[in-house]
Amino acid sequence: MNPLWVTQVLAVLRLEMRKTFFSKRGFWIYLLAFAPVALYTGKSIVGMKLGRQPDFGTDTNVFATVFQLFYLRLAIFFGCLGVFMNLFRGEVLDKSLHYYFLAPIRREVLLAGKFLAGAVATCLIFTTSTILQIAGMYWQDGWRIFSDYLMNGNGFAHIAGYLGATVLACVGYGSIFLAAGVLFRNPLIPAAVILVWESINSFLPSLLQKFSVIYYLKSLCPIQVIPETGAFFAVLSVNTDPMPAWIAVPGLLLVSAAVLVAASFQVRRMEINYATE
Amino acid sequence: MRANDRIVFENISKFYGDVLGVNRVNLSIPPGITSLVGPNGSGKTTLMNLMTGLVRPSRGRISVLGIRPDQPEELFRYVGYCTQFDSFPKGFTGYQFVYSYLRLYGCAHAEAEDLTWKAIERVGLLEPARRKIAGYSKGMRQRIKLAQSICHGPSVLVLDEPLNGLDPLVRAETIALFRALADDGMHVIISSHILHEVDQISDQVILLSNGYVVAEGQIRGVRSEMQEHPMQILVRCNRPGALAAKVFEQDSVVEAQIHKDGLGVLIKTRDPEKFYLLLNHIAQNGVTIESVAPADDDVNSVYEYLIGGEEASR
Repeated sequence: MNPLWVTQVLAVLRLEMRKTFFSKRGFWIYLLAFAPVALYTGKSIVGMKLGRQPDFGTDTNVFATVFQLFYLRLAIFFGCLGVFMNLFRGEVLDKSLHYYFLAPIRREVLLAGKFLAGAVATCLIFTTSTILQIAGMYWQDGWRIFSDYLMNGNGFAHIAGYLGATVLACVGYGSIFLAAGVLFRNPLIPAAVILVWESINSFLPSLLQKFSVIYYLKSLCPIQVIPETGAFFAVLSVNTDPMPAWIAVPGLLLVSAAVLVAASFQVRRMEINYATE
Repeated sequence: MRANDRIVFENISKFYGDVLGVNRVNLSIPPGITSLVGPNGSGKTTLMNLMTGLVRPSRGRISVLGIRPDQPEELFRYVGYCTQFDSFPKGFTGYQFVYSYLRLYGCAHAEAEDLTWKAIERVGLLEPARRKIAGYSKGMRQRIKLAQSICHGPSVLVLDEPLNGLDPLVRAETIALFRALADDGMHVIISSHILHEVDQISDQVILLSNGYVVAEGQIRGVRSEMQEHPMQILVRCNRPGALAAKVFEQDSVVEAQIHKDGLGVLIKTRDPEKFYLLLNHIAQNGVTIESVAPADDDVNSVYEYLIGGEEASR
Protein backbone atom coordinates (compact mmCIF):
# COMPACT_ATOMS: atom_id res chain seq x y z
CA MET A 1 0.00 0.00 0.00
CA ASN A 2 1.42 3.38 -1.06
CA PRO A 3 1.63 6.28 1.38
CA LEU A 4 -1.13 8.85 0.79
CA TRP A 5 1.15 11.42 -0.81
CA VAL A 6 2.39 8.89 -3.38
CA THR A 7 -1.22 7.99 -4.30
CA GLN A 8 -1.99 11.68 -4.66
CA VAL A 9 1.11 12.43 -6.75
CA LEU A 10 0.11 9.58 -9.07
CA ALA A 11 -3.46 10.92 -9.27
CA VAL A 12 -2.17 14.37 -10.27
CA LEU A 13 0.24 12.75 -12.74
CA ARG A 14 -2.60 10.84 -14.44
CA LEU A 15 -4.75 13.96 -14.72
CA GLU A 16 -1.95 16.14 -16.05
CA MET A 17 -0.68 13.59 -18.57
CA ARG A 18 -4.06 13.59 -20.27
CA LYS A 19 -3.95 17.35 -20.57
CA THR A 20 -0.31 17.58 -21.69
CA PHE A 21 -0.37 14.86 -24.31
CA PHE A 22 -3.78 15.29 -25.83
CA SER A 23 -4.25 19.03 -26.02
CA LYS A 24 -4.41 20.91 -29.29
CA ARG A 25 -2.72 23.77 -27.47
CA GLY A 26 0.50 21.73 -27.31
CA PHE A 27 0.72 21.05 -31.06
CA TRP A 28 3.51 23.58 -31.59
CA ILE A 29 5.66 21.80 -29.00
CA TYR A 30 5.58 18.61 -31.08
CA LEU A 31 6.41 20.69 -34.15
CA LEU A 32 9.40 22.24 -32.41
CA ALA A 33 10.60 18.91 -31.02
CA PHE A 34 10.35 16.94 -34.24
CA ALA A 35 11.48 19.61 -36.72
CA PRO A 36 15.13 18.34 -36.63
CA VAL A 37 13.87 14.78 -37.22
CA ALA A 38 12.14 15.91 -40.41
CA LEU A 39 15.24 17.90 -41.43
CA TYR A 40 17.71 15.02 -40.93
CA THR A 41 15.42 12.41 -42.46
CA GLY A 42 14.86 14.69 -45.44
CA LYS A 43 18.62 15.19 -45.80
CA SER A 44 19.20 11.42 -45.78
CA ILE A 45 16.43 10.73 -48.30
CA VAL A 46 17.62 13.47 -50.66
CA GLY A 47 21.22 12.27 -50.26
CA MET A 48 20.26 8.71 -51.11
CA LYS A 49 18.12 9.80 -54.08
CA LEU A 50 20.91 11.94 -55.49
CA GLY A 51 23.51 9.26 -54.74
CA ARG A 52 25.68 11.53 -52.60
CA GLN A 53 28.55 9.95 -50.68
CA PRO A 54 27.73 9.90 -46.93
CA ASP A 55 30.17 11.67 -44.63
CA PHE A 56 29.90 10.29 -41.11
CA GLY A 57 32.26 12.83 -39.54
CA THR A 58 30.41 15.82 -40.98
CA ASP A 59 27.07 14.33 -39.93
CA THR A 60 28.35 13.91 -36.37
CA ASN A 61 29.55 17.52 -36.23
CA VAL A 62 26.33 18.89 -37.74
CA PHE A 63 24.29 16.88 -35.26
CA ALA A 64 26.36 18.13 -32.29
CA THR A 65 26.09 21.76 -33.49
CA VAL A 66 22.35 21.67 -34.10
CA PHE A 67 21.84 19.85 -30.79
CA GLN A 68 23.62 22.57 -28.85
CA LEU A 69 22.58 25.68 -30.75
CA PHE A 70 19.02 24.79 -31.70
CA TYR A 71 17.75 21.77 -29.80
CA LEU A 72 18.90 22.60 -26.28
CA ARG A 73 18.80 26.40 -26.52
CA LEU A 74 15.54 26.80 -28.42
CA ALA A 75 13.47 23.62 -28.93
CA ILE A 76 13.68 22.20 -25.41
CA PHE A 77 13.77 25.70 -23.89
CA PHE A 78 10.51 26.79 -25.54
CA GLY A 79 8.95 23.31 -25.27
CA CYS A 80 9.48 23.35 -21.50
CA LEU A 81 8.22 26.92 -21.37
CA GLY A 82 4.98 25.81 -23.07
CA VAL A 83 4.46 22.77 -20.86
CA PHE A 84 5.66 23.86 -17.41
CA MET A 85 4.46 27.44 -17.36
CA ASN A 86 0.95 26.26 -18.12
CA LEU A 87 0.86 23.77 -15.27
CA PHE A 88 -0.36 26.47 -12.87
CA ARG A 89 -0.72 29.64 -14.95
CA GLY A 90 -2.74 27.85 -17.65
CA GLU A 91 -5.15 26.54 -15.03
CA VAL A 92 -5.59 30.02 -13.61
CA LEU A 93 -6.41 31.33 -17.09
CA ASP A 94 -8.81 28.40 -17.68
CA LYS A 95 -10.30 29.05 -14.23
CA SER A 96 -9.90 25.42 -13.27
CA LEU A 97 -7.17 25.50 -10.62
CA HIS A 98 -9.77 25.38 -7.82
CA TYR A 99 -10.44 21.74 -8.76
CA TYR A 100 -7.08 20.86 -7.23
CA PHE A 101 -7.24 23.41 -4.45
CA LEU A 102 -10.51 21.93 -3.17
CA ALA A 103 -9.00 18.47 -2.73
CA PRO A 104 -7.41 17.35 0.55
CA ILE A 105 -3.95 17.46 -0.90
CA ARG A 106 -0.92 19.37 0.32
CA ARG A 107 -0.04 22.10 -2.15
CA GLU A 108 3.58 20.84 -2.15
CA VAL A 109 2.35 17.40 -3.20
CA LEU A 110 0.29 19.01 -5.95
CA LEU A 111 3.35 20.89 -7.18
CA ALA A 112 5.41 17.68 -7.12
CA GLY A 113 2.73 15.83 -9.09
CA LYS A 114 2.46 18.57 -11.67
CA PHE A 115 6.24 18.84 -12.05
CA LEU A 116 6.54 15.09 -12.43
CA ALA A 117 3.83 15.11 -15.11
CA GLY A 118 5.59 17.90 -17.01
CA ALA A 119 8.95 16.16 -16.68
CA VAL A 120 7.61 12.81 -17.88
CA ALA A 121 5.82 14.44 -20.82
CA THR A 122 8.74 16.62 -21.98
CA CYS A 123 11.33 13.86 -21.42
CA LEU A 124 9.23 11.44 -23.48
CA ILE A 125 8.69 13.92 -26.30
CA PHE A 126 12.24 15.24 -26.47
CA THR A 127 14.16 11.98 -25.88
CA THR A 128 12.01 10.30 -28.53
CA SER A 129 12.91 13.14 -30.87
CA THR A 130 16.63 12.82 -29.97
CA ILE A 131 16.58 9.10 -30.83
CA LEU A 132 14.70 9.74 -34.09
CA GLN A 133 17.10 12.57 -34.97
CA ILE A 134 20.05 10.19 -34.60
CA ALA A 135 18.26 7.60 -36.71
CA GLY A 136 17.37 10.20 -39.35
CA MET A 137 20.85 11.70 -39.46
CA TYR A 138 22.75 8.42 -39.86
CA TRP A 139 20.21 6.65 -42.06
CA GLN A 140 22.17 7.46 -45.20
CA ASP A 141 25.41 6.17 -43.66
CA GLY A 142 23.94 2.68 -43.38
CA TRP A 143 23.72 0.16 -40.56
CA ARG A 144 27.27 -1.16 -41.01
CA ILE A 145 28.93 2.20 -40.35
CA PHE A 146 26.50 3.03 -37.58
CA SER A 147 26.99 -0.29 -35.76
CA ASP A 148 30.73 0.20 -36.06
CA TYR A 149 30.28 3.61 -34.44
CA LEU A 150 28.31 1.99 -31.62
CA MET A 151 30.51 -1.04 -31.05
CA ASN A 152 33.99 0.21 -31.82
CA GLY A 153 33.68 3.95 -31.44
CA ASN A 154 32.05 6.17 -28.80
CA GLY A 155 28.54 5.68 -30.17
CA PHE A 156 26.87 4.44 -27.00
CA ALA A 157 28.58 7.06 -24.83
CA HIS A 158 27.58 9.82 -27.27
CA ILE A 159 23.97 8.72 -27.47
CA ALA A 160 23.79 8.37 -23.69
CA GLY A 161 25.30 11.86 -23.37
CA TYR A 162 22.73 13.39 -25.74
CA LEU A 163 19.85 11.60 -24.04
CA GLY A 164 21.17 12.58 -20.60
CA ALA A 165 21.53 16.22 -21.65
CA THR A 166 17.98 16.12 -23.06
CA VAL A 167 16.52 14.73 -19.83
CA LEU A 168 18.46 17.18 -17.66
CA ALA A 169 17.44 20.08 -19.90
CA CYS A 170 13.78 19.13 -19.41
CA VAL A 171 14.23 18.87 -15.64
CA GLY A 172 16.31 22.07 -15.34
CA TYR A 173 14.25 24.32 -17.60
CA GLY A 174 11.06 22.64 -16.34
CA SER A 175 11.71 23.60 -12.72
CA ILE A 176 12.54 27.19 -13.67
CA PHE A 177 9.46 27.65 -15.87
CA LEU A 178 7.16 26.02 -13.37
CA ALA A 179 8.44 28.44 -10.72
CA ALA A 180 8.03 31.37 -13.13
CA GLY A 181 4.43 30.32 -13.83
CA VAL A 182 3.72 30.30 -10.11
CA LEU A 183 5.60 33.46 -9.15
CA PHE A 184 4.65 35.80 -12.00
CA ARG A 185 1.26 36.86 -13.27
CA ASN A 186 2.69 37.51 -16.73
CA PRO A 187 5.26 34.75 -17.21
CA LEU A 188 6.37 36.01 -20.62
CA ILE A 189 8.57 38.65 -18.98
CA PRO A 190 10.58 36.18 -16.84
CA ALA A 191 10.69 33.83 -19.85
CA ALA A 192 12.27 36.57 -21.96
CA VAL A 193 14.74 37.39 -19.16
CA ILE A 194 15.72 33.72 -18.81
CA LEU A 195 16.15 33.41 -22.59
CA VAL A 196 18.46 36.43 -22.66
CA TRP A 197 20.38 35.17 -19.59
CA GLU A 198 20.88 31.74 -21.13
CA SER A 199 21.90 33.29 -24.46
CA ILE A 200 24.55 35.62 -23.04
CA ASN A 201 25.84 32.95 -20.68
CA SER A 202 28.97 32.36 -22.76
CA PHE A 203 29.88 36.05 -22.54
CA LEU A 204 29.56 36.22 -18.76
CA PRO A 205 32.35 35.88 -16.18
CA SER A 206 33.07 32.31 -15.16
CA LEU A 207 31.28 32.56 -11.81
CA LEU A 208 28.04 33.93 -13.30
CA GLN A 209 28.06 31.27 -16.02
CA LYS A 210 27.42 28.69 -13.31
CA PHE A 211 24.00 30.25 -12.58
CA SER A 212 22.43 28.95 -15.75
CA VAL A 213 21.10 25.67 -17.04
CA ILE A 214 22.88 25.81 -20.40
CA TYR A 215 26.30 25.94 -18.70
CA TYR A 216 25.78 22.49 -17.17
CA LEU A 217 24.16 21.12 -20.31
CA LYS A 218 27.07 22.23 -22.50
CA SER A 219 29.39 20.42 -20.10
CA LEU A 220 27.37 17.25 -20.63
CA CYS A 221 27.31 17.37 -24.43
CA PRO A 222 29.61 14.59 -25.67
CA ILE A 223 31.15 16.52 -28.56
CA GLN A 224 32.49 20.05 -28.27
CA VAL A 225 32.06 21.63 -31.65
CA ILE A 226 33.39 24.83 -33.16
CA PRO A 227 30.92 25.81 -35.87
CA GLU A 228 32.36 27.09 -39.10
CA THR A 229 29.59 29.69 -39.33
CA GLY A 230 31.44 32.35 -37.37
CA ALA A 231 32.96 33.43 -34.09
CA PHE A 232 29.60 34.25 -32.48
CA PHE A 233 28.28 30.70 -32.74
CA ALA A 234 31.66 29.34 -31.70
CA VAL A 235 31.50 31.34 -28.46
CA LEU A 236 27.97 30.07 -27.85
CA SER A 237 28.88 26.42 -28.23
CA VAL A 238 32.37 26.18 -26.76
CA ASN A 239 32.62 25.64 -23.02
CA THR A 240 35.90 27.16 -21.86
CA ASP A 241 35.48 25.93 -18.31
CA PRO A 242 33.58 22.64 -18.58
CA MET A 243 32.35 20.98 -15.44
CA PRO A 244 32.84 17.24 -14.95
CA ALA A 245 29.65 15.21 -15.30
CA TRP A 246 29.80 13.99 -11.70
CA ILE A 247 29.40 17.61 -10.57
CA ALA A 248 27.21 18.88 -13.43
CA VAL A 249 24.47 16.25 -13.05
CA PRO A 250 23.89 16.47 -9.27
CA GLY A 251 24.52 20.23 -9.45
CA LEU A 252 21.73 20.74 -11.95
CA LEU A 253 19.40 18.43 -10.04
CA LEU A 254 20.11 20.29 -6.79
CA VAL A 255 19.47 23.68 -8.41
CA SER A 256 16.19 22.33 -9.83
CA ALA A 257 15.15 21.00 -6.42
CA ALA A 258 15.95 24.36 -4.79
CA VAL A 259 13.86 26.20 -7.39
CA LEU A 260 10.95 23.81 -6.80
CA VAL A 261 11.14 24.28 -3.03
CA ALA A 262 10.96 28.06 -3.55
CA ALA A 263 7.96 27.59 -5.86
CA SER A 264 6.22 25.35 -3.31
CA PHE A 265 6.29 28.18 -0.72
CA GLN A 266 4.48 30.39 -3.23
CA VAL A 267 1.95 27.68 -4.15
CA ARG A 268 1.20 27.24 -0.44
CA ARG A 269 0.20 30.93 -0.28
CA MET A 270 -1.59 31.05 -3.62
CA GLU A 271 -5.19 32.33 -3.69
CA ILE A 272 -7.94 31.69 -6.20
CA ASN A 273 -9.04 35.04 -7.50
CA TYR A 274 -9.78 34.57 -11.17
CA ALA A 275 -11.42 37.98 -11.49
CA THR A 276 -8.09 39.79 -11.15
CA GLU A 277 -6.22 37.60 -13.67
CA MET B 1 -17.39 13.62 13.96
CA ARG B 2 -15.06 16.28 15.38
CA ALA B 3 -15.32 17.63 18.93
CA ASN B 4 -15.51 21.22 17.67
CA ASP B 5 -18.67 21.49 15.56
CA ARG B 6 -18.62 25.20 14.76
CA ILE B 7 -17.41 27.34 11.90
CA VAL B 8 -15.90 30.39 13.56
CA PHE B 9 -14.91 33.74 12.06
CA GLU B 10 -13.01 35.99 14.46
CA ASN B 11 -12.76 39.62 13.40
CA ILE B 12 -12.24 38.67 9.76
CA SER B 13 -11.47 41.28 7.13
CA LYS B 14 -10.52 40.69 3.53
CA PHE B 15 -9.35 43.37 1.13
CA TYR B 16 -8.58 42.81 -2.56
CA GLY B 17 -6.06 45.59 -2.92
CA ASP B 18 -8.10 48.67 -2.07
CA VAL B 19 -11.41 46.90 -2.58
CA LEU B 20 -13.26 45.67 0.48
CA GLY B 21 -14.37 42.04 0.41
CA VAL B 22 -15.69 41.67 3.95
CA ASN B 23 -14.92 43.64 7.09
CA ARG B 24 -14.87 42.78 10.79
CA VAL B 25 -16.91 39.64 10.49
CA ASN B 26 -17.53 37.70 13.70
CA LEU B 27 -19.59 34.55 13.32
CA SER B 28 -20.05 31.21 15.02
CA ILE B 29 -22.06 28.95 12.76
CA PRO B 30 -23.68 25.82 14.24
CA PRO B 31 -24.71 22.71 12.25
CA GLY B 32 -27.86 22.95 10.13
CA ILE B 33 -28.67 24.98 7.04
CA THR B 34 -27.22 28.49 7.16
CA SER B 35 -27.96 30.87 4.34
CA LEU B 36 -25.78 33.80 3.35
CA VAL B 37 -28.04 36.44 1.90
CA GLY B 38 -27.05 39.68 0.24
CA PRO B 39 -26.86 41.47 -3.09
CA ASN B 40 -24.03 41.03 -5.58
CA GLY B 41 -20.77 42.26 -4.07
CA SER B 42 -22.02 41.99 -0.50
CA GLY B 43 -19.32 39.46 0.41
CA LYS B 44 -21.12 36.08 0.27
CA THR B 45 -18.62 34.36 -2.03
CA THR B 46 -15.70 35.98 -0.22
CA LEU B 47 -16.91 34.48 3.06
CA MET B 48 -17.20 31.06 1.42
CA ASN B 49 -13.78 31.33 -0.21
CA LEU B 50 -12.32 32.39 3.14
CA MET B 51 -13.75 29.41 5.00
CA THR B 52 -12.41 27.03 2.35
CA GLY B 53 -8.95 28.60 2.12
CA LEU B 54 -9.27 29.69 -1.52
CA VAL B 55 -8.51 33.20 -0.31
CA ARG B 56 -6.74 34.26 2.88
CA PRO B 57 -7.99 36.83 5.33
CA SER B 58 -6.20 40.17 5.51
CA ARG B 59 -6.94 40.13 9.24
CA GLY B 60 -8.48 37.77 11.79
CA ARG B 61 -8.78 34.03 12.27
CA ILE B 62 -11.06 31.35 10.86
CA SER B 63 -11.56 27.80 12.00
CA VAL B 64 -13.80 25.19 10.43
CA LEU B 65 -14.57 22.43 12.94
CA GLY B 66 -11.31 23.46 14.62
CA ILE B 67 -9.25 23.24 11.39
CA ARG B 68 -7.49 26.24 9.85
CA PRO B 69 -8.43 26.77 6.20
CA ASP B 70 -4.75 27.01 5.19
CA GLN B 71 -4.44 23.27 5.83
CA PRO B 72 -6.27 21.90 2.77
CA GLU B 73 -4.89 18.41 3.32
CA GLU B 74 -6.98 18.19 6.50
CA LEU B 75 -9.78 20.68 5.81
CA PHE B 76 -11.14 18.98 2.69
CA ARG B 77 -11.45 15.64 4.45
CA TYR B 78 -14.40 17.34 6.22
CA VAL B 79 -15.46 20.02 3.77
CA GLY B 80 -17.05 19.91 0.31
CA TYR B 81 -17.36 23.13 -1.69
CA CYS B 82 -19.63 23.55 -4.70
CA THR B 83 -18.26 26.77 -6.15
CA GLN B 84 -19.83 29.25 -8.52
CA PHE B 85 -16.93 28.78 -10.97
CA ASP B 86 -18.43 27.26 -14.07
CA SER B 87 -15.23 25.84 -15.53
CA PHE B 88 -14.10 22.24 -15.53
CA PRO B 89 -10.93 20.36 -16.46
CA LYS B 90 -10.97 20.07 -20.27
CA GLY B 91 -12.47 16.98 -21.86
CA PHE B 92 -13.87 15.49 -18.65
CA THR B 93 -17.08 13.50 -18.45
CA GLY B 94 -19.27 13.94 -15.40
CA TYR B 95 -18.06 10.59 -14.09
CA GLN B 96 -14.37 11.49 -14.57
CA PHE B 97 -14.91 14.81 -12.81
CA VAL B 98 -16.09 13.15 -9.62
CA TYR B 99 -13.89 10.04 -9.90
CA SER B 100 -10.66 12.05 -10.40
CA TYR B 101 -11.50 14.16 -7.36
CA LEU B 102 -11.81 11.01 -5.26
CA ARG B 103 -8.47 9.73 -6.57
CA LEU B 104 -6.92 13.06 -5.51
CA TYR B 105 -8.60 12.49 -2.16
CA GLY B 106 -6.59 9.28 -1.95
CA CYS B 107 -9.26 6.65 -2.67
CA ALA B 108 -8.26 3.45 -4.45
CA HIS B 109 -9.89 2.75 -7.84
CA ALA B 110 -12.72 0.49 -6.61
CA GLU B 111 -13.68 2.75 -3.72
CA ALA B 112 -13.51 5.86 -5.90
CA GLU B 113 -15.72 4.20 -8.52
CA ASP B 114 -18.27 3.13 -5.92
CA LEU B 115 -18.44 6.56 -4.26
CA THR B 116 -18.61 8.29 -7.65
CA TRP B 117 -21.69 6.35 -8.74
CA LYS B 118 -23.37 6.88 -5.35
CA ALA B 119 -22.84 10.66 -5.53
CA ILE B 120 -23.96 10.84 -9.15
CA GLU B 121 -27.07 8.84 -8.33
CA ARG B 122 -27.83 11.14 -5.41
CA VAL B 123 -27.94 14.19 -7.71
CA GLY B 124 -29.88 12.30 -10.42
CA LEU B 125 -27.27 12.36 -13.18
CA LEU B 126 -26.79 8.63 -13.82
CA GLU B 127 -27.83 8.72 -17.46
CA PRO B 128 -25.54 11.55 -18.70
CA ALA B 129 -22.62 10.68 -16.39
CA ARG B 130 -20.52 9.26 -19.23
CA ARG B 131 -21.06 12.29 -21.44
CA LYS B 132 -18.62 15.18 -21.61
CA ILE B 133 -19.39 18.05 -19.26
CA ALA B 134 -18.91 20.49 -22.15
CA GLY B 135 -22.28 19.25 -23.48
CA TYR B 136 -24.12 19.60 -20.16
CA SER B 137 -26.83 22.17 -19.51
CA LYS B 138 -26.33 24.75 -16.75
CA GLY B 139 -28.48 22.70 -14.38
CA MET B 140 -26.53 19.50 -15.10
CA ARG B 141 -23.26 21.30 -14.49
CA GLN B 142 -24.60 22.53 -11.16
CA ARG B 143 -25.57 18.99 -10.21
CA ILE B 144 -22.24 17.42 -11.17
CA LYS B 145 -20.47 20.06 -9.07
CA LEU B 146 -22.80 19.17 -6.23
CA ALA B 147 -21.99 15.47 -6.70
CA GLN B 148 -18.27 16.28 -6.48
CA SER B 149 -18.76 18.27 -3.30
CA ILE B 150 -20.69 15.51 -1.49
CA CYS B 151 -18.93 12.42 -2.89
CA HIS B 152 -16.51 12.03 0.03
CA GLY B 153 -19.18 12.43 2.73
CA PRO B 154 -18.12 15.80 4.17
CA SER B 155 -19.33 17.25 7.50
CA VAL B 156 -19.46 20.76 6.05
CA LEU B 157 -21.01 21.46 2.68
CA VAL B 158 -20.47 24.94 1.24
CA LEU B 159 -22.71 25.79 -1.71
CA ASP B 160 -22.37 29.00 -3.69
CA GLU B 161 -25.68 29.74 -5.44
CA PRO B 162 -26.44 26.00 -5.77
CA LEU B 163 -29.96 26.43 -7.10
CA ASN B 164 -28.97 28.56 -10.10
CA GLY B 165 -30.05 27.02 -13.38
CA LEU B 166 -32.08 24.20 -11.86
CA ASP B 167 -35.61 23.58 -13.11
CA PRO B 168 -38.41 23.64 -10.49
CA LEU B 169 -38.59 19.87 -10.05
CA VAL B 170 -34.84 19.41 -9.61
CA ARG B 171 -34.78 22.50 -7.42
CA ALA B 172 -37.31 20.89 -5.06
CA GLU B 173 -35.35 17.62 -5.04
CA THR B 174 -32.10 19.47 -4.36
CA ILE B 175 -33.64 21.42 -1.48
CA ALA B 176 -34.89 18.13 -0.04
CA LEU B 177 -31.35 16.75 -0.35
CA PHE B 178 -29.94 19.75 1.56
CA ARG B 179 -32.58 19.25 4.25
CA ALA B 180 -31.73 15.57 4.57
CA LEU B 181 -27.99 16.34 4.83
CA ALA B 182 -28.62 18.99 7.50
CA ASP B 183 -30.89 16.62 9.44
CA ASP B 184 -27.96 14.18 9.52
CA GLY B 185 -26.02 16.81 11.50
CA MET B 186 -24.13 18.35 8.62
CA HIS B 187 -23.31 22.02 8.21
CA VAL B 188 -24.89 23.22 4.97
CA ILE B 189 -23.85 26.76 4.09
CA ILE B 190 -25.77 28.19 1.15
CA SER B 191 -25.57 31.52 -0.60
CA SER B 192 -28.57 32.59 -2.58
CA HIS B 193 -30.39 35.51 -4.09
CA ILE B 194 -33.71 33.70 -4.09
CA LEU B 195 -35.10 34.85 -0.81
CA HIS B 196 -38.28 32.80 -0.58
CA GLU B 197 -36.25 29.62 -1.05
CA VAL B 198 -33.77 30.69 1.58
CA ASP B 199 -36.68 31.33 3.90
CA GLN B 200 -38.09 27.91 3.18
CA ILE B 201 -34.93 25.92 3.86
CA SER B 202 -32.76 27.84 6.31
CA ASP B 203 -32.28 27.12 10.00
CA GLN B 204 -30.43 30.41 10.29
CA VAL B 205 -29.51 33.28 8.01
CA ILE B 206 -26.61 35.69 7.76
CA LEU B 207 -27.53 38.94 6.05
CA LEU B 208 -24.68 40.75 4.34
CA SER B 209 -24.41 44.19 2.86
CA ASN B 210 -21.32 45.89 1.42
CA GLY B 211 -18.98 43.45 3.15
CA TYR B 212 -20.56 43.73 6.59
CA VAL B 213 -22.78 41.25 8.45
CA VAL B 214 -25.94 43.24 9.19
CA ALA B 215 -27.88 40.48 10.95
CA GLU B 216 -27.55 36.82 11.81
CA GLY B 217 -29.54 34.12 13.53
CA GLN B 218 -32.94 32.50 13.11
CA ILE B 219 -35.00 34.66 10.83
CA ARG B 220 -37.87 35.16 13.32
CA GLY B 221 -35.40 36.11 16.01
CA VAL B 222 -33.80 38.67 13.74
CA ARG B 223 -37.22 40.06 12.82
CA SER B 224 -38.40 40.42 16.42
CA GLU B 225 -35.34 42.51 17.27
CA MET B 226 -36.19 45.10 14.63
CA GLN B 227 -38.16 47.43 16.91
CA GLU B 228 -38.29 50.30 14.42
CA HIS B 229 -40.39 48.22 12.03
CA PRO B 230 -43.71 47.17 13.67
CA MET B 231 -44.59 43.51 13.11
CA GLN B 232 -47.27 42.92 10.47
CA ILE B 233 -49.89 40.28 11.24
CA LEU B 234 -52.66 39.20 8.89
CA VAL B 235 -55.82 38.12 10.69
CA ARG B 236 -58.50 36.38 8.64
CA CYS B 237 -61.96 36.71 10.21
CA ASN B 238 -65.69 37.09 9.48
CA ARG B 239 -65.95 40.75 10.71
CA PRO B 240 -62.82 42.63 9.74
CA GLY B 241 -64.32 46.06 10.44
CA ALA B 242 -65.20 45.17 14.03
CA LEU B 243 -61.78 43.62 14.58
CA ALA B 244 -60.02 46.73 13.24
CA ALA B 245 -62.00 48.93 15.61
CA LYS B 246 -61.23 46.71 18.61
CA VAL B 247 -57.46 46.43 18.07
CA PHE B 248 -56.93 50.17 18.40
CA GLU B 249 -57.77 49.78 22.09
CA GLN B 250 -54.15 48.71 22.39
CA ASP B 251 -51.43 51.42 22.26
CA SER B 252 -48.89 49.15 20.62
CA VAL B 253 -51.06 48.73 17.52
CA VAL B 254 -49.98 51.43 15.09
CA GLU B 255 -52.01 50.54 11.99
CA ALA B 256 -54.93 48.33 10.96
CA GLN B 257 -55.83 47.95 7.30
CA ILE B 258 -58.75 45.97 5.89
CA HIS B 259 -57.35 43.45 3.44
CA LYS B 260 -58.21 44.16 -0.18
CA ASP B 261 -60.36 40.99 -0.45
CA GLY B 262 -62.39 42.25 2.52
CA LEU B 263 -61.88 39.05 4.48
CA GLY B 264 -59.13 40.05 6.89
CA VAL B 265 -57.19 42.80 8.58
CA LEU B 266 -53.48 43.58 8.26
CA ILE B 267 -52.31 44.84 11.60
CA LYS B 268 -49.02 46.54 12.48
CA THR B 269 -48.03 46.23 16.13
CA ARG B 270 -44.96 46.96 18.21
CA ASP B 271 -45.82 44.24 20.70
CA PRO B 272 -47.00 41.03 19.02
CA GLU B 273 -47.25 39.05 22.30
CA LYS B 274 -49.65 41.59 23.78
CA PHE B 275 -51.60 41.67 20.53
CA TYR B 276 -52.08 37.88 20.53
CA LEU B 277 -53.54 38.09 24.03
CA LEU B 278 -55.94 40.79 22.87
CA LEU B 279 -56.91 38.64 19.91
CA ASN B 280 -57.94 35.80 22.26
CA HIS B 281 -60.14 38.24 24.09
CA ILE B 282 -61.71 39.53 20.82
CA ALA B 283 -62.34 35.93 19.66
CA GLN B 284 -64.37 35.30 22.76
CA ASN B 285 -66.53 38.35 21.98
CA GLY B 286 -68.27 37.51 18.74
CA VAL B 287 -65.55 37.74 16.03
CA THR B 288 -64.75 34.41 14.39
CA ILE B 289 -61.00 34.22 13.71
CA GLU B 290 -60.08 31.89 10.85
CA SER B 291 -56.33 32.33 10.79
CA VAL B 292 -53.53 34.46 12.22
CA ALA B 293 -50.22 34.65 10.37
CA PRO B 294 -47.19 36.92 10.57
CA ALA B 295 -46.91 38.79 7.28
CA ASP B 296 -43.36 40.12 7.41
CA ASP B 297 -41.15 37.79 9.40
CA ASP B 298 -39.68 36.20 6.29
CA VAL B 299 -36.22 36.76 4.88
CA ASN B 300 -37.54 38.99 2.14
CA SER B 301 -39.07 41.49 4.56
CA VAL B 302 -36.15 41.43 6.97
CA TYR B 303 -33.80 41.88 4.06
CA GLU B 304 -35.75 44.84 2.75
CA TYR B 305 -35.92 46.49 6.17
CA LEU B 306 -32.22 46.03 6.83
CA ILE B 307 -30.63 46.48 3.47
CA GLY B 308 -33.25 48.46 1.60
CA GLY B 309 -35.70 47.84 -1.19
CA GLU B 310 -33.33 48.98 -3.87
CA GLU B 311 -30.70 46.38 -3.12
CA ALA B 312 -33.24 43.68 -2.42
CA SER B 313 -34.60 44.03 -5.92
CA ARG B 314 -31.17 43.63 -7.57
